[in-house]
Amino acid sequence: MSLELRNVTKTYREPGGGRLPVLNIANFTLAAGEQVVLVGSSGGGKTTLLNIIAGITTPDEGQVRIDGTDLSQLPEAARDRFRAERLGYVFQTFNLLPAFTALENVLLGMSFSGKRPDRARAIQLLDQVGLKHRLYHKPSQMSVGEQQRTSVARALVNTPRLLLADEPTANVDAANQQNILDLLRSSCKEHNVSLLLVTHAAEVAGQFDRVEKLADFNKPVRVAGA
Amino acid sequence: MNLATIAWKNVRQRGLASSLTAISVALGVMLMVMVLVIYGILQNTFNQRSINYDLIVGPKGSPLQLVLSTVYHISPPIENLPYRFYEDIKKDPRVTVAIPIAMGDVTEKGNFPIVGTIPEFFKIEYAPRREFRVKGTEFHQPFDAYIGSRVAIENNWDVGTKLKLRHGGAAGDHVHDEEFTVVGILQATGTPHDKTVYVHLEGFYQIQGHDKPLNEAIKREREFYGEPPLSEEEMAAEIKNIQAKYGSHDHAHGHEGHDHAHHDHGHQTAPIQKEVTSILVQCKTPIAARLLAGELKKGSKAQGVNPILPMQELMTTIVGPIQQLLLVMTAMIVLVSGIGIFVSIYNSMTARRREIAIMRALGAQRSTVFTIILAESIILCLGGGLLGLLLGHGLVFAAAPIIEVRAGVIVNPLAFESAELVLFPVLLLMAILIGILPGMTAYQTDVAESLSS
Repeated sequence: MSLELRNVTKTYREPGGGRLPVLNIANFTLAAGEQVVLVGSSGGGKTTLLNIIAGITTPDEGQVRIDGTDLSQLPEAARDRFRAERLGYVFQTFNLLPAFTALENVLLGMSFSGKRPDRARAIQLLDQVGLKHRLYHKPSQMSVGEQQRTSVARALVNTPRLLLADEPTANVDAANQQNILDLLRSSCKEHNVSLLLVTHAAEVAGQFDRVEKLADFNKPVRVAGA
Repeated sequence: MNLATIAWKNVRQRGLASSLTAISVALGVMLMVMVLVIYGILQNTFNQRSINYDLIVGPKGSPLQLVLSTVYHISPPIENLPYRFYEDIKKDPRVTVAIPIAMGDVTEKGNFPIVGTIPEFFKIEYAPRREFRVKGTEFHQPFDAYIGSRVAIENNWDVGTKLKLRHGGAAGDHVHDEEFTVVGILQATGTPHDKTVYVHLEGFYQIQGHDKPLNEAIKREREFYGEPPLSEEEMAAEIKNIQAKYGSHDHAHGHEGHDHAHHDHGHQTAPIQKEVTSILVQCKTPIAARLLAGELKKGSKAQGVNPILPMQELMTTIVGPIQQLLLVMTAMIVLVSGIGIFVSIYNSMTARRREIAIMRALGAQRSTVFTIILAESIILCLGGGLLGLLLGHGLVFAAAPIIEVRAGVIVNPLAFESAELVLFPVLLLMAILIGILPGMTAYQTDVAESLSS
């Protein structure tokens, strides 16, 4: 899956009524199967960028093309469907639902895609991330590393074409950091999934062939009088 | 996973709050079910199912009292009618069946009402298309008795048991010497018959004090028919005439030192000494019944009552409004419980914004999260309703024997009212109304903001 951002801008309303520019990206591309790490300072708009690519947030202007489809032009319901079917998202804080077991959290990813939940595939993925013995454990009964591995399995369950990972190793210990990273990279490679990983950790970024600094291509401009 | 499963998981996650709110609905529904079922039991008890006669003919007075005493045995009889009047009614060409009923006593053991009647009573269906079924032999000797199924169970009586009668009215502690023999046990009917002892009318009259002294009987009958009183000479001649025809045995006089339990009751009681408390009448047509009732109404001594009408009036004017009041109160309880569910779900929405945002980030549409919240409300309302239904019927089941003893009303512990079927659509509607606002909160959740919070 290819990703292309053109002239994407995003501002947020400030408490005083003004507009805070966050993103102003003239051009950004990601080829099919490519693995890219995006680094940037805290508050630099990394998460906003991922949310725009995922269709969770809409840009003020510009185009977000994924395999030729301009996500920013789709109605919200179509963006939701697109996200469920073709994108995977790994969050910094895992975002597992506390009422559901590891297996159910993974199946949940399928439930919203309109596909028939494939229990065998969910179990297979959890097995691949080393959690076969944790299928029926709730998040509160798992370590943070296990929780993040569950969230990786959930992100991959719909066989996405693009995986977005927002600081996936930030909340796990050093030993698990590398495991998670290896898991993400090998899974994406195995299934030819494009990977866009956001991090501020140099040791993580150093493992990728392509490292993009957000500040290099994101030039937010405060509009005069705004 | 389907949306209902997701909703159920969410409900379980808030176990305590969910249980408490569902239980509050359950209690309201339980009370409502009990009101409906008990009202239904009263309605069934006091409607056509209990009686298969067009008219109850009895002395002038309250029609309701006449029906309650004759059919349900829960009110004292108004007065008595001369036996001759029963014979007049029986001869009426519009009448197909006339059954005399004599009441007033109870069993020595258990205080079950005694009804004196004729064998033909058991040949008539006690309710439309429902025949008496008897375990035992024919009911034809003067001191034969049939007992209802409940009487048999509660008194542990069987065919062959001897029973004595306790006199009703003011002399309530007097036990008659005469013994009746149980010759049959009526199979359960779910009606007042189950708690009644039927004795042969002829035997009933042969009990000491049940046949009137001749002079009093002659006087009462003449009064009833509006005939002029007899002079002393005429009275003496009339008494002599009757004694010559039926024998001189007079139970009302000269019984001191007389062993009544063992003397020969083979004599015949003069008709003039007999009285009936009421007459059950079947007519050739409903119009004939109305005409007969109309004629009786014009007279001054008797009345003919359609047994359904006074009970319908009672249900409409007294029991119905009470039931409606109770239903309104229980509906208010259910409504308050519904508000409790609303508060519980709505309050949880703030804490669940992140969960909803996660589902949205995974691709759930706004309408999907709205539906999940609505489903949670439906699960709590309908789950509570189902629990209330079971509790309500459970309590009726448990309370049935107590109600029977205290109110004399036979309760089917498995009674179900069709009105209960309305409860669930109403609860569903309530659940939808309750779920709309929290559902809209979920619908409007800002995903990016909630995920970052």
